[in-house]
Amino acid sequence: MENIILEMRSITKTFPGVKALDSVNLKVRSGEIHALVGENGAGKSTLMKVLSGVYPHGSYDGDILFNNETVAFSGIRDSEAKGIIIIHQELALVSLLSIAENLFLGNENVEGGVINWPKTFSRTQDLLAKVGLKESPSTLVGQLGVGKQQLVEIAKALAKDVKLLILDEPTAALQENDSAKLLDLLLELKAQGISSILITHKLNEISRVADSITVIRDGASVSTLDCHAQNISEEDIIRDMVGRDMAHRYPARDSQLGETLMEVSGWNVWHADALDRQMLHDIEFTVRAGEVVGIAGLMGSGRTELAMSLFGQSYGKNVQGEVRLRGEIVDLSTVPKAIKSGLAYVTEDRKELGLILEETIQTNTTLANLPRVSSFGVIDENIERQVSEDYRQALNIRTPSVFQKVMNLSGGNQQKVVLSKWLYSQPDVLILDEPTRGIDVGAKFEIYSIINQLADDGKGVVMISSEMPELLGMCDRIYVMNEGRLVGELDKADASQEKIMSMIVKA
Amino acid sequence: MTTKETSTAVQSAPSVTDYLKSHVRDYGMLIALVVIMGMFQFLTDGILMRPVNLTNLFLQNSYIIIMAIGMLLVIVAGHIDLSVGSVAGFIGALAAVMAVNYNLPTIVVVPVCLLVGLIIGGLQGYWIAYWKIPAFIVTLAGMLVFRGLTLTLLEGQSIGPFPESFQLLSTGFIPDVFGSGRPNITALVLGVIAASAIVFLAARSRARALKYGIQDEPFAFFIVKNALIAIAIIYLSYMLSTYRGLPNVLITMAVLIAIYTFITNSTTIGRRIYALGGNVKAAKLSGINTERLTFLTFANMGMLAALAGLIFAARLNTATPKAGFAFELDVIAAVFIGGASMTGGVGKVIGAVIGAFIMGVMNNGMSILGIGIDWQQVIKGLVLLAAVIFDVYNKQKAR
Repeated sequence: MENIILEMRSITKTFPGVKALDSVNLKVRSGEIHALVGENGAGKSTLMKVLSGVYPHGSYDGDILFNNETVAFSGIRDSEAKGIIIIHQELALVSLLSIAENLFLGNENVEGGVINWPKTFSRTQDLLAKVGLKESPSTLVGQLGVGKQQLVEIAKALAKDVKLLILDEPTAALQENDSAKLLDLLLELKAQGISSILITHKLNEISRVADSITVIRDGASVSTLDCHAQNISEEDIIRDMVGRDMAHRYPARDSQLGETLMEVSGWNVWHADALDRQMLHDIEFTVRAGEVVGIAGLMGSGRTELAMSLFGQSYGKNVQGEVRLRGEIVDLSTVPKAIKSGLAYVTEDRKELGLILEETIQTNTTLANLPRVSSFGVIDENIERQVSEDYRQALNIRTPSVFQKVMNLSGGNQQKVVLSKWLYSQPDVLILDEPTRGIDVGAKFEIYSIINQLADDGKGVVMISSEMPELLGMCDRIYVMNEGRLVGELDKADASQEKIMSMIVKA
Repeated sequence: MTTKETSTAVQSAPSVTDYLKSHVRDYGMLIALVVIMGMFQFLTDGILMRPVNLTNLFLQNSYIIIMAIGMLLVIVAGHIDLSVGSVAGFIGALAAVMAVNYNLPTIVVVPVCLLVGLIIGGLQGYWIAYWKIPAFIVTLAGMLVFRGLTLTLLEGQSIGPFPESFQLLSTGFIPDVFGSGRPNITALVLGVIAASAIVFLAARSRARALKYGIQDEPFAFFIVKNALIAIAIIYLSYMLSTYRGLPNVLITMAVLIAIYTFITNSTTIGRRIYALGGNVKAAKLSGINTERLTFLTFANMGMLAALAGLIFAARLNTATPKAGFAFELDVIAAVFIGGASMTGGVGKVIGAVIGAFIMGVMNNGMSILGIGIDWQQVIKGLVLLAAVIFDVYNKQKAR
């Protein structure tokens, strides 16, 4: 008989007015990596919050069996005591404390109320060795990159004697090689008998490490697939996730390239604080009307810095260079001037930089172009509402009304609100920085379709992305960026992941 | 598809109970004010709502309300201003020196004082907006500086009395142009005009919204709400008309409330202040000049603090070194009781006004009941805490 470590039976959870989970079943075998997939808003996080006791026993219907006994958690402490540990997407580390202090936060090695530091440090070293992190225990967490912080989180879980590790999109913010390391670590932990639940949007990760897959859609478990018993293709999973066949992950487009819209030349930018550090070197690129231009490169290669420095010098000091839009030199020294010149920038981090979360969809939609809905500085809310309603329908933002606060929307819908805002500013050229980060497959397809529509309308699109397949699938031309320089340019016809990588490595 | 279903669902009006539930934050404090007034009306055997006391209530709280309007903008923008009490005191002293010591006419004193307030606010705003120095620090410094300057200006003594024309700022009443003054027909007429104007504007905006196919408020709710507002205003003006009529300061307040409600609700500048407080980085990247807006909110606060200082001095008929002491606390409390968020981006002018009235009615009611100043402080503190807890609780329930 198989050994089941966790079984969740017909879990139903309702919020006022919404049924978030509808008799969901989840069965995790001992010592396996179980992938939990589903679109954003499908209910994965809610299910995990039920499991970890964030929603205490009694606030949901159904049973949870852990190691064949029914459990009733009234808080995270209860579930952690049993060895169920969840690592959230937003890491729960204190950046001003050291690795050692973070590992045993709330779980300190105390003797009579006093922390035993030697013991703490030696245990930290053991745990860091287990996760393969070569850092001193006294290093401040804030000095580590996201990838290493992720490892610290896992070490923290190990410190609590974890039996079942839950990772919520652990690789969303990671580089390819850091992701690979993390997945290897999961396999290693599995060899030591630790089971894990992996929530992810990246299907290639699933095929790499998962033993079985549960797909959740609209608050219900749709299917459970055994990766060893059957041969599962990515298309199968996607079909279950979105509930429809998705023959092509990238919508097709006939490129109709027009005149050159934007021309950047001799673009040099220095670091905002360290004035002797040059961040961007002699960047030159062009964007034509109706063209989607990709910028590939690793994180830290200067892609976001390039976009931000172009957009009203929002990044950097001592910005030099020349930008022509439709042949004329434009002044992009402030954000209002950049917007006026016809530039739009969809930021990488939509919550921090893109949206006013406390405000409604309507307010966010018109924010970058308020004069267009006002006369003499007075806003006409009816027109404003009409405008946002139009965008809601055109971009298929799933929400009951435009009076919804954007913080209540899922990632994909939030991104559509950001796009609405910038479309309403009527730009000629849009710079999209990681436009599909943290968005599920179905919403990604919709965002791609919007991008194609923009190109068809004769706008120029610059697309920055860490996901190479996305660039290859969407762009007419791809610039490759590394360490603040453009190191190569590829046409759609002869671009490939290998070529991009080799340009980065050889530069 | 699903979109169509939801879009049609939007157009039909929500039921009254649903509407009330989703707007509990908007109306909660208004209901609290009515309940508190009712309670004190009962406990004081009807003294609270007597015309004399009502008039006093407005005179006593006018300066807090005027500053609360400015403070609301500052807090919505994500900052705080601790200097307003000191600035109000300083301006009162300045006015006294100008009007009493130098015999300058009121028509000169008032604009100069407002301008000085504007400059003081602007100076503080400059450091906060362009140098990114925390408002708490800058205005804490301002609080000390202007308290000190008030003492210097007054040389440690009270200066007064003010000329009669200056006193009208606070203790003056609108003269009765229609009748003998008892009851004051002008007050009644103005009350009716104000009530009709409010109802007319509400009806017009509803009609316009309906033309766009938008119906947010249930019709029954709309009628009841506006009827209650109209009745309240007319009743109030009737009560005041049986005493001395409408105080000048009430008109000043009403005009300010109307102007700032309009600015915050309907203008691009108001909208941008909310955006700035909600997420300063996103606002900046949306092309909003966040520095200039921050600067302006503080300059505006300085001007309103100056106005409050003038009214307070006119009411006491002297400028004293202690004038304005700890006002900032009442003002900030009023804004938070009125539902503004500590982190910025949330809050309404009318909320701040209601918050100020809650504090004012409690002060007044407890004084009539003879409750000592010690317990008054305790109770006010608890009410502030309860109001914010209520707010947070509602927010969490909405999640």
